[in-house]
Amino acid sequence: MSAFRLSGAAFDVASLRAELADPTCGGYAAFEGWVRDHNEGQRVTRLEYEAFAPLALREGERIIAEARAHFGLRGALCVHRVGALELGEIAVWVGVAAPHRDEAFRGCRYIIDEVKHRLPIWKKEHYANGDSGWVNCERCAAAPLHGEHHGETAAAQGHAPHGAQHLHGKPR
Amino acid sequence: MQRDKANLEYAGRTQLARALALLEPLVARAFVSVRADQLGEPQRAAHACIADVLPELGPIAGIHAALHAYPEAAWLVLACDLPFLDAATLQQLIAARDAQRLATAFRSSHDGKPEPLCAIYEPASRGPIDVWIASGQLCPRGFLAAADVALLTLRTPQALDNINTSDEYRVARGHLGEGAHGLPGGGAAAPAESHTLQIQYFALLREQAGRNSETVSSRARDARALYEELRVRHGLLLEPEQLRVAVNEEFADWSQLLREGDSVVFLPPVAGG
Repeated sequence: MSAFRLSGAAFDVASLRAELADPTCGGYAAFEGWVRDHNEGQRVTRLEYEAFAPLALREGERIIAEARAHFGLRGALCVHRVGALELGEIAVWVGVAAPHRDEAFRGCRYIIDEVKHRLPIWKKEHYANGDSGWVNCERCAAAPLHGEHHGETAAAQGHAPHGAQHLHGKPR
Repeated sequence: MQRDKANLEYAGRTQLARALALLEPLVARAFVSVRADQLGEPQRAAHACIADVLPELGPIAGIHAALHAYPEAAWLVLACDLPFLDAATLQQLIAARDAQRLATAFRSSHDGKPEPLCAIYEPASRGPIDVWIASGQLCPRGFLAAADVALLTLRTPQALDNINTSDEYRVARGHLGEGAHGLPGGGAAAPAESHTLQIQYFALLREQAGRNSETVSSRARDARALYEELRVRHGLLLEPEQLRVAVNEEFADWSQLLREGDSVVFLPPVAGG
């Protein structure tokens, strides 16, 4: 089964963790992103995720392959929800296994950071006052500002986890 | 030349796209060095960018910014105005890399001086480059000439020849298998054939367009022209600078030429996780 998956329904974390079981690994790290009840001062009541699936799956696999190669992970999985989500649900799950904990932490962090910024996945928040909005889109639609979105992308690269830094741009 | 050299096209691909295509198989990760004011420029913003921290210093500011953004990385720095550069030259550079020196570079086949913009800068070069800039010197070639660097002789002597005039551009296009006519933007190009394209819309663009997908017949030559056409037709409110584009389910440049049957998606700002 592929290492990056999209899921239209809640999924079982225990079975994902079990897929990573590996006697050569001493470290396992996982990250769960949850649907939170507020964002930028607004009360959020529910979310919707929409994905351009073929490209999201391909780019997701690339991110995981990068993390495996850069951090020496023995196993790595990521599942991202699509569709409607309620508060408290898991929106994204990342799990990795590595011989030692340091690579596991760093590899897990790398995957979630890249997933947030590179995958063609969009989040619509529904608010308690009845409004809704596409995260990262509404402000730029209201007041087109050159470079806002992509400036953020570039900043994210600068904030990449330390583990990734010595690998970026380095001749193989 | 007044034109932005990164956007000059050879055989239908921009210099920037050509440079990245050469680089990406050889490095762990490739970035586009930009001035802070270029962050929204779509040709560059389609890629991971590192913006200059120090303004108005020219190329050395890009090298400085990269070394500071990822201080543990060695950087293969490549100018995007080298139409004759080939993979073999980059492989020669990487194979001869001397990580114990501050940098590895080629000697110019014209004047024997180091070529600063097709070179590998080691992490240890960060401090000396900071000192070089602090002392008011901005020429990266001068830095390499004065520093402890490994210098190589080009196996392909013209590989690093660059272009700075329209005449040089025409000659280079001729060498690279194109007619010498039709400078991009110079007009006189024949109208493109109409082609059938599949468009999909997502998120905010889907709502603005009022549809998930459509099949259009368009004469748009590239993705940029297609977006302008659809933007007018559907009253789309997002600027192209805010979007990325995918053609046939893969990220693409705005200048990618469109062909019959291509599927095109314009990607609003993403928000995964």
